[in-house]
Amino acid sequence: MFMQGITRRGALLGTLVAPALIERANAQSTFDWRRFRGERIEVSVQTSPRGTLLQQHNREFEELTGIRAGVEVVPEQQHRQKIIIEYASGRPSFDIGEVSLHVNKRQVGRARWNTDIRALIADRTLTAPDFDFDDFGAGMRTYATQADGRMDTLPAFADYFILYYNKELLAAKNVAVPTTWDEMFDGAKRIEDRSRQVYGHVGRGVKNANVVLWSSFLLGTGQRDMINAERQLITDTDDAIWATVQYQRFLRDASPPGSIGFNWNECQTTFMQGRAAMWVDGIGFAAPLENAQRSRVAGKVGYAVVPRGPVNHHCALFGSGYGIPEASAKKGPAWFYLQWALGKQMQTRMLAAGAGVPARSSAFRDEAAMAGGPFPREFFTTLAASAPIARAGLPEILPVTEFRDTIGTALTNTIGGADPATEMRAATAAFRPILERSERET
Amino acid sequence: MSSASAIAAAAATIERRRRNYARTYLWFVVPAAVAVLGTILFPWAFTFFISAFDWHLGSPREFVGFANYAKLFTDERFGLALLRTLYYTSLAVVFPLGLGLAAALIFNQKFPLRGLARTIFILPMMATPVAVALVWTMMFHPQLGVLNWLLQEIGIPPSMWVYHADSVIPTLVLVEVWHWTPLVMLLLLGGLAALPIDPYEAAKIDGATPFQTFRYITLPLLAPYLVVALIIRTIDALKAFDTIYVITGGGPGSASETINIYLYLQAFAFYNMGYASAVVVVFFALILTLAALLMWTREKVRP
Repeated sequence: MFMQGITRRGALLGTLVAPALIERANAQSTFDWRRFRGERIEVSVQTSPRGTLLQQHNREFEELTGIRAGVEVVPEQQHRQKIIIEYASGRPSFDIGEVSLHVNKRQVGRARWNTDIRALIADRTLTAPDFDFDDFGAGMRTYATQADGRMDTLPAFADYFILYYNKELLAAKNVAVPTTWDEMFDGAKRIEDRSRQVYGHVGRGVKNANVVLWSSFLLGTGQRDMINAERQLITDTDDAIWATVQYQRFLRDASPPGSIGFNWNECQTTFMQGRAAMWVDGIGFAAPLENAQRSRVAGKVGYAVVPRGPVNHHCALFGSGYGIPEASAKKGPAWFYLQWALGKQMQTRMLAAGAGVPARSSAFRDEAAMAGGPFPREFFTTLAASAPIARAGLPEILPVTEFRDTIGTALTNTIGGADPATEMRAATAAFRPILERSERET
Repeated sequence: MSSASAIAAAAATIERRRRNYARTYLWFVVPAAVAVLGTILFPWAFTFFISAFDWHLGSPREFVGFANYAKLFTDERFGLALLRTLYYTSLAVVFPLGLGLAAALIFNQKFPLRGLARTIFILPMMATPVAVALVWTMMFHPQLGVLNWLLQEIGIPPSMWVYHADSVIPTLVLVEVWHWTPLVMLLLLGGLAALPIDPYEAAKIDGATPFQTFRYITLPLLAPYLVVALIIRTIDALKAFDTIYVITGGGPGSASETINIYLYLQAFAFYNMGYASAVVVVFFALILTLAALLMWTREKVRP
């Protein structure tokens, strides 16, 4: 009777799907994804292409686990404030929160607001066998680990500063892709045509946001960092002043008038309209630049690692991790969400969508995913080349926003013509006591 | 029963009823009282309490008494923010009042399509401040904004608008004027409609010029309405935050950093809650003083 039901077509289909079914059955036999079915969790992330990906594929998680997940996306600046205030209240409304490691890592770690992920990873009943923690790059694992060894966020993505350039504008003036800051400045000046409102460079001038561009210059010096091994502020040294002079000449002499008030969005608009030839900023802007509906430079954008400095060659690194609040009563379901959200498939999707540099290495081995997106091969090779030279673009200190505000105001003043050395010495003197006090308390 | 004792008995009954009435209906006041205490008095008391601590979010609180207030006197950035607030407020009050008065006088006249013109004039007031700010931000863009394009079309060199320290506050005031002049116009138009016509008839008989009529009749009679508009505009301008935050965030540098922006940074960017609370208390006292002064002025000009 049973044998009578088998047809040749059915047998062929069975042969084709068998490996997938067996793989799924094996996974199910060792790990129960539906252990927390019926639960509901809340996820709070920043507005970004990554947040959009989580929302787009949320149903996949719900079908896999039976857990309902509410995904809230809030603009970056407001999100940082929101989660800190909610953490401090002792009763955060979310079970998973995105933490900007370059801004809030130390603050979140010091207050021990998030649970230590390592315990969850070690629990075989809670962690899927194919989770593969070693797939997360060593650099990102270190970035997400607190000074005391606790890992209170799972690294989600890295953001490297890269060089975007307009191939047409560079070719028109026979300018080669720069490999040093001097080459970049000279090329920018050659391309500049103020009568047509075309400029060689555009970059962040608005205070606070501008510090990450300045640090791109500083990373190329012998000093590289903003605090020394004794955790003292060193933003008034010769190297720091050299970086400020670079910042000043690029923003004042080679950028559009009004750059003093430009944040990333004004830079992006200017570059997208073909009014600027070169722009150093985070990798997340490739997607809008290559969007032919919105960008006049789609298909004409070149990608390169940032130029090297006089001594070192680094690109600024920023990144985020997702953590589970210690106060959450749903750590199990939340951990399931993290395993899915930062699993291999979602990380590959992130890379293919140009939404960020995945924390997992395996995503870069998926050639098909990279070839299927709107980005040229050059984009991915730039990311791969940036990874080994990436270095934290902001100091890992508690009052990092105050640091950005103080140093950022000094940088803005230099665009207006103020002396870089004077400004940096004054800003350093103003911020030093704040840092010293913070370090004492820590 | 004598009439005196009857009156006394009646008075006692009334008093008893009053007491019973108060006792019976006292509980109806409780929800409103709780709401007022919870939403107005408690936040203020708590803010004042927090201002006595050195407290960064995520760190333990340390009692410092009035040290945060003392620090305000030596904080140059606070002082500059205060001056900027006063500069911004004075411009954002004077221009809407002047233009609103002119508009009210015009719209008080009869002319064709007056209703339509008045409707169009008050449209800015109905827009959400954040949406307004975003639209203006795009228009202010030095290279891609429509304002510089318009200037160049008529042969005027482009401006840096909010992208230069010298022009940022006047430019922000421009947005404020565009947004809130209609409100002043409406207040004054209401005032003009309520003015008596006898003085105008008398002035006409006496041969007064239109300017004399305005100067010696309209303006004095309209003064109470002008003071109301002045109070509303002053408090609104002092509190201005959304437009400035969205368009400039206090920049370039700190060129448009008003008290509101400064205390927002202290509280929600630097998480310095104790100091931010001290700024709030001082700023509240400032607004209260100004409001009291304006209210006193209003009483003085009342006819």
